[in-house]
Order: sequence, then structure tokens, then C-alpha cells
Amino acid sequence: MDTFIQQIINGLVLGSIYALVALGYTMVYGILGLINFAHGEVVMIGALTALTVIKLLADSGLPGTVVVLIGLLAAVPVCMALGFTIERIAYRPLRNAPRLAPLITAIGVSIVLQQLAMIFWGRNYHAFPPILPTSSREIGGAHITDVQIVIILLAVAIMAGLMLLVNRTRLGRAMRATAENPQIAGLMGVNINVIISATFLIGSALAAVAGVMVSANYSIAHYHMGFILGLKAFTAAVLGGIGNLPGAMLGGVLLGLIESLGAGYIGDLTGGFLGSHYQDVFAFFVLILVLVFRPSGLMGEKVAERA
Amino acid sequence: MSNPKHKAWLGMVLIGVALALLPFLVGKGLGNSWVRVLDFALLYVMLALGLNIVVGFAGLLDLGYIAFYAVGAYLYALLASPHFGLHWPVWAILPMGALVAGLFGVLLGAPTLRLRGDYLAIVTLGFGEIVRIFMNNLNAPVNITNGPQGISQIDPVRIAGVPLSKSLDVFGVSFPSVYLYYYLFLALTLLIVFVSIRLEDSRIGRAWVAIREDEIAAKACGIDTRNVKLLAFAMGASFGGVSGGLFAGFQEFVSPESFGLMESVMVLCMVVLGGMGHIPGVILGGLLLAILPEALRHGAVPMQQAAFGKVLLDPESLRMLLFGLALIAVMLYRPAGLWPEARRKREFLAEKAK
Repeated sequence: MDTFIQQIINGLVLGSIYALVALGYTMVYGILGLINFAHGEVVMIGALTALTVIKLLADSGLPGTVVVLIGLLAAVPVCMALGFTIERIAYRPLRNAPRLAPLITAIGVSIVLQQLAMIFWGRNYHAFPPILPTSSREIGGAHITDVQIVIILLAVAIMAGLMLLVNRTRLGRAMRATAENPQIAGLMGVNINVIISATFLIGSALAAVAGVMVSANYSIAHYHMGFILGLKAFTAAVLGGIGNLPGAMLGGVLLGLIESLGAGYIGDLTGGFLGSHYQDVFAFFVLILVLVFRPSGLMGEKVAERA
Repeated sequence: MSNPKHKAWLGMVLIGVALALLPFLVGKGLGNSWVRVLDFALLYVMLALGLNIVVGFAGLLDLGYIAFYAVGAYLYALLASPHFGLHWPVWAILPMGALVAGLFGVLLGAPTLRLRGDYLAIVTLGFGEIVRIFMNNLNAPVNITNGPQGISQIDPVRIAGVPLSKSLDVFGVSFPSVYLYYYLFLALTLLIVFVSIRLEDSRIGRAWVAIREDEIAAKACGIDTRNVKLLAFAMGASFGGVSGGLFAGFQEFVSPESFGLMESVMVLCMVVLGGMGHIPGVILGGLLLAILPEALRHGAVPMQQAAFGKVLLDPESLRMLLFGLALIAVMLYRPAGLWPEARRKREFLAEKAK
């Protein structure tokens, strides 16, 4: 029973992170109908930027949480600038091109970012300095660290904020209109280019937060972390129904739970995306099953044959 | 000689002579390591032509294509190595590799028949990763693939009892191993090119193009889209299986590392950069992407030393960096590929005019 609760907790933490990344995919897909393949790399850049700042300030005597906050505040604008640039260079010129073209440029951007990160940060794993409190609480015989609690709460808060933004503000209404039909939204006076840029900015900011969370939770970051994380987050987005914001959140949490329970019970495999390789298989099996039996995702209403 | 038919024959003979002499020219001019590069380039051309059937003809975006290459390679490795003590002849393994890879193609195709576009891309990507993960982990409880260490000491390809891994003297002319493999690969590449061309003009080929252009219309015209799509997956996969078997015999070693997602992406890029659905374009794409990075690898270190006095970027990451940039640039400036099919070129122009 203890292990069960422990795996649920791990799954929720992992799921919150997936959900934040999945939101970035789903928002872009909803508006542009495009898989932003490079989104995982934005998460990676966010994690490494934050880690660099945190390492610089680790010995400054500031409290650990403040240092991490500063790292986060440094990573967010970097990622936002990156997301904005990616859209400008690689996606905007191809907006009316056949669907395969932006997918290929996205793969290209992803390769370039990964290589640049490798040149800049090296091939090594970067350890997160031990500045965060390691205290933990006990729930039903399982442990949850304060960092994990903060991760879950912060993810929930951010998602609530995003829902408010999308459903209650002018910008949100313009975003929904653009997702529905860009041409008509344009005729109604929505500046589509601004909206699309805003979408990339928001998604990238979420990616930065997720990147810091991943590196804080697993105490590690490296130039190669973005790919598999991005893939799983995309799976989460599809699981929930791509283009659907609550769906991405649900999909993320569900995928986190499935992976963590699956890994916990398949044998002596450990949690975390650095863990055993079979854990990664779960995500793909889930993805294939969902697409075969419910191609529009759990909460999606669109038909699968949207190509 | 003015007869165009004669001209075509003359051209073919000249190309044939050039291809036959190529390893000698390259080997004498640049060294035998470059003939090895040519060998790999031919393997990639076979892969690209196989993927071209799925992506170029039928319009099904497959990001896990390397899995079929892996299946072919592992099949060869298991049937012709001390790992299981089996030593089958290559002519038994290659057709079997084509068959098994084709079955895997159907295995992937069957559940994904309803999917199109991006969804299919992601599922195939997942499929490729699953195959790789299983190869990485199938060494326990029963050791099938020998896990991450891979399988070594694979038998070289033998033709009429002559192993291609040793140099051969014919009438005083010495043919090093890489030359022999070059001729074998060239022969199979030409066979695959021939099959591709015949397929393209066949009923099935036209059915694929019809599905690519509009699946619903194709169905309405009486095409059994399910079977035709499965056939595309199976045909494409079988080319990959043959190519993988040759790879295993050539390398005499296989490990899961050779079959990562980047390889799938690489093959896809060959197809897309060359010109989807256009066989000469795809061949060009395969040759370019297989040879240019090697040239870069050889040229980058001395050039950097000359320019900066030290090596700033290691050639591998420079290669990937330029590769990524090239993908973006080609898509932005020549989205139909470097050598597109005439019809596709018109479509892209029409798209632009809109």
C-alpha cells in the first residue's frame, strides 16, 4: 500500500510537469495545426539556463528558494525569446505551405538547439546544487518532499491562471477565435500574427517553468533531456485530445500516473525519465492505444482525420 | 545515332561504366575510406527509396522507418553469427529479411490505418522507439538481442563461397573488400530503383498517389484504401529490411545505437530534401546527405585549425548543426525539395501564387 501511494505521488509530480509542457504543444497545435517539435528543446534550454544562474548564485548566501526563483525568472524570458524566434524563423514563412514543411523545419530547429546547447553547456550532466530544503512529509506511509508539493501547487496555479487567461480575457478570446478559424478571426479585427506570437510566448514561458521543475525534481539537467520529455508531453497532449487545454492537463497527469504505476509495478524499475528504458515504452503504448481506440483523445471533440 | 532510343541506351551504358569505375577513381583519388562512405551512401539510398514509397508515393508520414532497417539487420545478425550458432547463407537471409520487415510494416500499418498526418508521424515515431527499446532490453530473461552490447562477429556476406570481407584478385586486378561490397550494394540499389520505377507506373503506384492526394476521393473511385496502404507500408519496410541485412553483413556488428530516431529523421530528410515521390530526387538526397557530412567531418578539423589555430567545434556536432540548419533552409527556400517531381513542383507554385 505504501508503494502504491508513493507511486501515485511520484506520478502526480511527473504528471504536473508533463501537463505544463503538454499545454505548450496543445496551444500551438490548436491555433496552427502544427506539432512544435522543438518545444522539448525549449524546456531543455530553460532548465539549463536556470541551472547556470542557480549555480552562479549558489554560494551567494541567499536562501535556496530565492536563488531558484531568480533562476526561474532568468529562464522564463530566455525561453520566451527563443519561442518567439523559432516561430518567426521556422514556422511563419511556411504557414501556407504543405503540412510536412513546418514539421521538417521543426525537426531542424530541434537539432540545432540541441547542438547549440551541447556546444554551450557540454555533454555532461549538470547536477542541481543542493540548496533547496530536503524536508519531506509523510502521507499514508509514503514520502513527499516540500519541493514536490511546491511543484504540484505551482503547476495547478499556473494552469488555473492559463484557463482564466484563455476564457476570460480579450487576448484569450482572440486566441480561441484564431484557433477556430484564423481567416475569419482576422476579418473580425484580430491580429493573427500577434496572437500566434503570444501563444508561443506563453507556451515557452510554461516550458521554462517545467524545465526548472524537472531539474529540481531529478536534481539533474543535460542537453539531451528535451527530446524524450517533449515526446511524452506530446503523448499527453494527444491523450487528452490535442488542441484542448483541460485535455492536456488531464492527459499529462494521467500519463504521469500510468508511467509511475507501470514502472513501479513492472519490477524493480525506478521512477523518473532517467530510469529504466521500459518505462518509456508505456508512454508509446498508451499513445498507440489511444489513437487506435479514441483518436480524438479523451476530451477532444475533433475527428481524427484532420489532415 | 540520332535516334533518341539509341541516345538513351548510350547514356545508360556510359552511366553504367562510370558507376563500375567509380570505386577505382574514388579509391585511388581519395583513399579506400571514401569507397566505404560510398557503400554507406548506397545503403542510405536503398533506405530512402523504401521510405519514398511510404512517404513520397502514399503520403503516409513515417518517422519510425529505421525500425525496419533494424529488423533486417538483427535478423541477419541472429541467423548468421555465433550468437545462436547459426550461419545461414545471405541469399536465404535477405529475402527473409524483406519478408519479416514487411510483416512488421503491416504490424505498424494495421492499427494506424485511420490516422493521417501528424498523428501518424507520432505513432510511427513511437513504434520506432519501441523496437529500439526492445532491442536494448531483450537480453534478459532470455538473451535474444544481447542488449546494448549488440551482436558482433557476424558472418560477412559470401557470394559463391567468396567472403566479401577480404580483398579478391581477379586477373591481376585487386578488389579490396569495400569495392566488392560497393558492387553488391550497387546491384541491389539498381534492383530497388527498377522496382520503384515499375511500381510508380503501376496500378498500385497510381493508387498510392491517389491516396496521397485525396484519400476519400480515392476510396470513392474504388480503391481498396486499406489494402493499398498496408501494401505501401509492407513494400517500404521490405526495402528497409534488405538494406538492414546488408548493413549487418557489411559492418559485421549491430547494436541498438545504430537505429535511433535521428537515423529515421536522417532518412526522412533524404526523401524530403531530394524531392518527395521523385525517384531521381530521392537518390540525389540520399547521396548528398550521406556523403556531405563525411566530407565535412574530414574537412572541418583542418579548416578550423587553419582559421582559429584550434578546434572550436568537434566535427560531429558541427555536422549535426549544419544538418539542422540545412533542413530549415531547404524547407524555407525550396519546400518541394532540391529536385522535385514536375507535378509536385507545379502544385507548390500554385500554392505560392494563392
